[in-house]
Amino acid sequence: MAVTDTTAEPAAAAAGTSRRPRRRRTFGGRNLAFWYFVGPFLLGLIIFTYIPVGWSAYLSLFDARNTVTPASEDFVGVDNYVTMLTNADFRRSLITFSVFAAIIVPITFVSSLGLALAVNKVRIMRAFFRSVFFLPFACSYVVASLVWKMSIFAGVRYGMANTVLGWFGIENIPWLFGNDPPWFWLVIASLRLWIQCGFYMILFIAALQQIPEHLYEAAYVDGAKPGWQTFWHITLPHLRASSVAVLMLVLIAAYQAFDEFWNLLPNSGNVPYARTPLIYLFHTSLGTSQDLGRGSAGALILALLIAIVTLFQGKLLGFGKPEGR
Amino acid sequence: MVSTENRRKPVGFRPGVGSRASRALNFIGLCVIAALFLIPFYLIVRNALSTTEDITAPGWMWFPTDVQWGNFTELFNDDKVPMARSLLNSAMVSVLTTVGTLFLCTTAGYGLARIPYRHADKVFYAILATLMVPSAITFLPSFVMVSSLGWVSDLRGLIIPTLFNGFVAFLCRQYFLSFPRELEEAARVDGLGYWGSFWRIVIPNSKGFLAAIAVITFVTSWNSFLWPLVIGRSSDSWTVQVALSTFLTSQTVNLPQLFMAAAVAILPLVFVFLFLQRFLVQGVAQTGLKG
Repeated sequence: MAVTDTTAEPAAAAAGTSRRPRRRRTFGGRNLAFWYFVGPFLLGLIIFTYIPVGWSAYLSLFDARNTVTPASEDFVGVDNYVTMLTNADFRRSLITFSVFAAIIVPITFVSSLGLALAVNKVRIMRAFFRSVFFLPFACSYVVASLVWKMSIFAGVRYGMANTVLGWFGIENIPWLFGNDPPWFWLVIASLRLWIQCGFYMILFIAALQQIPEHLYEAAYVDGAKPGWQTFWHITLPHLRASSVAVLMLVLIAAYQAFDEFWNLLPNSGNVPYARTPLIYLFHTSLGTSQDLGRGSAGALILALLIAIVTLFQGKLLGFGKPEGR
Repeated sequence: MVSTENRRKPVGFRPGVGSRASRALNFIGLCVIAALFLIPFYLIVRNALSTTEDITAPGWMWFPTDVQWGNFTELFNDDKVPMARSLLNSAMVSVLTTVGTLFLCTTAGYGLARIPYRHADKVFYAILATLMVPSAITFLPSFVMVSSLGWVSDLRGLIIPTLFNGFVAFLCRQYFLSFPRELEEAARVDGLGYWGSFWRIVIPNSKGFLAAIAVITFVTSWNSFLWPLVIGRSSDSWTVQVALSTFLTSQTVNLPQLFMAAAVAILPLVFVFLFLQRFLVQGVAQTGLKG
């Protein structure tokens, strides 16, 4: 080191984590460089994430209808939180999410892993199959909802599903209009499965290709049979990290379900039997009532719930360590 | 992790392993599932090029009796659906979002990865903390901000708040941490500063990574619905997704026109898939596994 501080106390030097003020001054240009690289991004993050969240937290303590700058006499303390947590509709939206997650998480996981294994096994046309399964990712939820609602699961005679059922003499089913039996779950789950399955398949294929081949060779030498045995003892353990990642990604995406519920269900998704948390929040805060105070309280409750889940995921994966990998 | 044997060869249920019968069964199964996966695309094309009578015919018609290319011009001549305007909005939003995100996130990621600064860790944690809360949940706080800036029903409101993507910045930092230092050090010897070596050495040597991030950002932006729905209050500022959704929920629906609109809306992304799929797959593998 070119710069040695002769006056520094031995104790500070021994601490090892001393701040070395002289060195910092010597490389003053670095501080400036850091800020012109990171500064613009950080500024935007503060303006469009930190301040809004803080502002929202502030609004959640007020009776703020149709306004983002409530007067001080509208201060209501934690009333909005109490109202939201005791609100039957809000709690029911959390139940709707739980039902949705209980359906979509396992079927997405099994289907994407199954497709990844099958595509990995096939010898011909592998790129073709991968592309076909991944192609729905190009489709927005709006476009898919359009096809599902107006063509595949149209509740009329010319809908594709009803046409096929008609060949077997089954009466038309009104897939999306009604809750008894809840056919709409089939429509919603199949749509989301179609869009996201290929995406997670790609993740699994990438992980499968990281498994060293000699492990399989060693297993065969030891008398293991290809197929179930090697899958259970070699493939699956090596997919642990990706499996946890996929489960979490599917769960968090399901938590934010909005687009297909909005576009498929009657009344912009504002139906008591299938209102997701985000749909409920949208209608509370930006619907006719424009109740930004209660909406903010709801958003922060949801944010807190998902932060807990994400932190739990972090513990599971060791994500967010200083070096990140 | 044993990496010496880590050839990029498909393993798992390996090719060549398993009996001929099981491989044939696997292949047939894949063909059936592939056909099922393609049904929605087939329906979009069939309905877009049919007449209403063909679509609602008593018996299922696999193909239109007469291909109705006229549906295309009819869609753009219909005043009730601002199709051309919303496509233009979507194109502008997606392109500007991609360019802006790439610029802001790569510079931030590089600064965090390479420039030794005392508080770099704190800045990094401030970015990491935003990943805990998904952007969909923050739509309301962000709307509060955007509306007080007067950017509702404005392209600025659609684009600018989405540019500061903590996740992309995080990915960039991880990528630049593994970028070979030797290249930059050579540039440093030649008298380039951080800014110079970033633009002349690092960026030109990271094209694959940048393309992957760009394609993913573009697709996500083109397909996003919630934020454009929140911001696009007037039909002038609708993106194509919002226009489609309005079209879908309107009282009188012209089926062929609706499906033609859907076909037009996915066409740009089908091109992205045809020509840039390699980057897309790479991007998904990168973004997903690190997430």
